[in-house]
Amino acid sequence: MADSIPQSRSRDLDKLLLRPGNLVGPTFEAGAQLRDDIKECVRVLVIGAGGLGCELLKDLAFSGFQNLEVIDMDRIEVTNLNRQFLFRLGDVGKPKAEVAAKRVMERVSGVDIKSHFCRIEDKPISFYNDFHIIVLGLDSIEARSYINSVACSFLEYDSDGNPQEESIKPMVDGGTEGFKGHARIIMPGVTPCFECTIWLFPPQVKFPLCTLAETPRTAAHCIEYAHLIKWDEAHSGKTFDPDDPEHMQWVYSEAVKRAELFGIPGVTYSLTQGVVKNIIPAIASTNAIISAACALETLKVVSGCSKTLTNYLTYNGVEGLHTKVTEFVRDKDCLVCGPGVLIELEASVTLKKFIDLLEDHPKLLLTRVSVTFRGKNLYMQAPPVLEEMTRSNLDLPLFELMGKTPRDIVHVTGAAGKGDKKQSCSRKLRVVFKGIIGVTDMDMAGGA
Amino acid sequence: MIKLFKVKEKQREDTENGNARGPCNKQTAGELRLRKDITELNLPHSCTISFPDGKDKLMNFEIKIQPDGGYHAGGKFLFSFQVPSIYPHEPPKVKCKTKVYHPNIDLEGNVCLNVLREDWKPVLNINTIIYGLYLLFEEPNHEDPLNLEAAAVLRDNPQLFKSNVKKAMLGGTVANVSFTRCV
Repeated sequence: MADSIPQSRSRDLDKLLLRPGNLVGPTFEAGAQLRDDIKECVRVLVIGAGGLGCELLKDLAFSGFQNLEVIDMDRIEVTNLNRQFLFRLGDVGKPKAEVAAKRVMERVSGVDIKSHFCRIEDKPISFYNDFHIIVLGLDSIEARSYINSVACSFLEYDSDGNPQEESIKPMVDGGTEGFKGHARIIMPGVTPCFECTIWLFPPQVKFPLCTLAETPRTAAHCIEYAHLIKWDEAHSGKTFDPDDPEHMQWVYSEAVKRAELFGIPGVTYSLTQGVVKNIIPAIASTNAIISAACALETLKVVSGCSKTLTNYLTYNGVEGLHTKVTEFVRDKDCLVCGPGVLIELEASVTLKKFIDLLEDHPKLLLTRVSVTFRGKNLYMQAPPVLEEMTRSNLDLPLFELMGKTPRDIVHVTGAAGKGDKKQSCSRKLRVVFKGIIGVTDMDMAGGA
Repeated sequence: MIKLFKVKEKQREDTENGNARGPCNKQTAGELRLRKDITELNLPHSCTISFPDGKDKLMNFEIKIQPDGGYHAGGKFLFSFQVPSIYPHEPPKVKCKTKVYHPNIDLEGNVCLNVLREDWKPVLNINTIIYGLYLLFEEPNHEDPLNLEAAAVLRDNPQLFKSNVKKAMLGGTVANVSFTRCV
């Protein structure tokens, strides 16, 4: 069979996709069709066009993906050039996403990469739903948390609380820090989401302000003094912008003065950037290794040609090489990816009645309930100032308060359990109003 | 997976033909956690909370402390809280909006409180921070100074510190710095 299929540029890819195997996923169907589908039908979004992003775009293009898009808000800096190999000296100042897309398209024929030079928050949520898989090459927790919440917002559960397969938006997340890195697969509803395991991230090192003000001992102390204390003194009200070279230069020169005063050596401009932006030196090989793992996992998720990583790979190249895969578990009550508790209501139920229902609900037994819908506080039990502002909602039907949405997520906080064992908690509820599904879909398209 | 994508492709076309769902809730996990913290606040009676941006914008709020004892008794001090979207992984940013003569708060409103920086942990909450601020007024300490001048005076001459605080709270000038009245 395989002999009759024309070979592609990549022999290794053909070996994975054109031959059946024993270790393949349940939906895997080897053949040229699969190879063509990967080229033609699969849309992959790469988030970040920096150290990891450059590697990812190249790796994904070589793995047979032809419809790629990349989003990044940064411009190329001179200090990127040692490892962000798609960029040249003449590109400094240009948007990373645009240059990276252009360079990969020049080198890998048939690949189409659309670039987006903007913040991830600037794109509508629907933009993200358009992709079959999202690959993350990011360097911040905030950005990961945001994309995670977006991807999880597409997830729908059936009435038994099982995730609906077609609503799962897979993500592959890579991250590097010096010689260390991780690659993980997030299948919302199946594997832990970013928020389930947020505790994996170590806290940032922060110096006490009084140490900075009184007893600086290191170059970093001097820099943080200039950045956190001196800046505000000298620029009343103007916020410090770490991406503005003038601001950074100012902090640097103030840090130098401070260091001289205390006889502390070692303040340099690049250390200033490093401390202020919390930069850990990036290692090109770490990016290459992590990116390769991510690209391979992307190919596996999409094609089913092998079982995927379960579900978190760590890599450490500090001394020799240490790598390990850990299977983390989901937080069953995760507010972001969890199913939430299904609550079916009549459209006439008031907010007050709804709150009373939760008290008797066998799965919840919630008292002192506060209710939030899409970021709006419908009722806040405390503090008194908020209770007063939201009290008038109690007599209104919940259906009205939710903008006549037939079904949606509502978040509640309160005290769960009985008697002495009460414990404060937050819960996600899937509220469904009975008997009005078809009608209100129209309303939503118009007004929501 | 590919077959699944084809199914999705069709679905997407369907939704594009006029059935698009509105944007989903973009609440961050940080907001959800903060809301829980806020409903569970148990403020000292000398502290009040307000939400300048209204009932739906809880990520920025203000705490007013009116110490009933200590050097700053009788004054009113306003603190702004800015809670990041990755709260509680990161602590809120807290600034004192009232210019205050205090060893642990500088004239720009920076506050030296361990739980705001080096000792912050996700298990702590907004209440912890408010109690920390409250304690700074109960017991200012000269060992972690941010306003060096005030700390030196407190250490060497508590009586003078006391009268300097009074003067500052009444809108006077201390060590060439003029304060605004806050009693």
